[in-house]
Amino acid sequence: MSHDHDHDHSEWSDMELKVKTLESLLLEKGYVEQSALDVIVETYEHKVGPRNGAQVVAKAWTDPEYLQRLREDASAAIAELGFTGRQGEHMRIVENTAEMHNMVVCTLCSCYPWSVLGLPPVWYKSAPYRSRAVSEPRKVLSEFDVDLPDSTKIQVWDSTAEMRYLVIPMRPEGTEGFSEEQLADLVTRDSMIGTGLALSPEEAAA
Amino acid sequence: MNGPHDMGGMQFYGPVKPEANEPVFHADWEKRALAMTVGMGFTGQWNLDVSRFARESLAPDFYLTKSYYQIWVNGLQNLMLERGLVTENEIATGKMETHPVEVKRVVSGEEMPAALAAGGPVARDPEGPAAFSVGDRVTTTNIHPTGHTRLPRYARGKTGEIIAIHGCHVFPDSNARGDGENPQWLYAVKFDAQALFGSDAEAGNTVVVDCWEPYLERS
Repeated sequence: MSHDHDHDHSEWSDMELKVKTLESLLLEKGYVEQSALDVIVETYEHKVGPRNGAQVVAKAWTDPEYLQRLREDASAAIAELGFTGRQGEHMRIVENTAEMHNMVVCTLCSCYPWSVLGLPPVWYKSAPYRSRAVSEPRKVLSEFDVDLPDSTKIQVWDSTAEMRYLVIPMRPEGTEGFSEEQLADLVTRDSMIGTGLALSPEEAAA
Repeated sequence: MNGPHDMGGMQFYGPVKPEANEPVFHADWEKRALAMTVGMGFTGQWNLDVSRFARESLAPDFYLTKSYYQIWVNGLQNLMLERGLVTENEIATGKMETHPVEVKRVVSGEEMPAALAAGGPVARDPEGPAAFSVGDRVTTTNIHPTGHTRLPRYARGKTGEIIAIHGCHVFPDSNARGDGENPQWLYAVKFDAQALFGSDAEAGNTVVVDCWEPYLERS
């Protein structure tokens, strides 16, 4: 798929027209309501995003009982923070350690934990990531400037079913005594997909 | 189906290109494409697995060269055309020419936040005990159905280990055909990367694939 944002402008303006035409047809036929469509856009553009997941991770780092609940029933533990809904109905956490790095992909389409991360980035849905994450994950990680020690093995989770995986990255060093809010600022979207690491306090301040 | 969507293990698509500070949407039409796709899903005229199959069934050259939201729009159009919700001419003009089909549900703006928050869980009560336990060695079936399946090509006929039982979930292969939900036990199956991709894969790495019970045989 050509996802390099170098689509020619005529194709993009064709899409504007095509989608506008289709939307007005569906509204006229009464299959959808304009206000309902607007709520969907507003929800995923502004309300649901990786800040949700970052709060889950920060709490997991600071509250051992919460981490245990995440391990036993991640959907319920994440719902405690108010994060539920589409593409997050069946959640599971996978915890990174020095020995094992977890990374999530959907080789067959674009399955992604919307309730905690929002909509997937373009690269997640693109052929290079979907094709190679399972077969050469270390090389893929290098394209995200992630360089793991050879002793760290990589476990890739292919989201073939409705299970949605949230990676709990390793807590950065030098964060003792940090509040949940301070810690959440270190948790990037990519660190929760497994294509990044949580930021150090220095990196976050930079 | 062995379509262009089944990308795991394919080669020569080039490097991944992460975009710094990527916006949620890259154009206004992408917002509308998302809203229509999600919004029409609520009408109950098809299920999730049918909609995935509609995207997989697009012409391979289209699937491989268009953006994901373009794939969604064309998949949605085909779903609506197949069910007579719209006609080709209506899609071209944007003007209603045929009576609307009565749909099961139209979610209002007021109802939508709750509808999105509720989602669509696919866990179902099991009809019998799970055939496998954590730690069992299993081999995936070597199937090549022309319909929808969620067993990727790279993971067919391979042997791995069950590391978790997720519960009993709607079986996409049946649900996409219109044969009902046919719930089946769902397992996380861990494979050695070298078992899947040969000695070029890194020893010690693993891949976990979620597999429904009909995909598995005891090894």
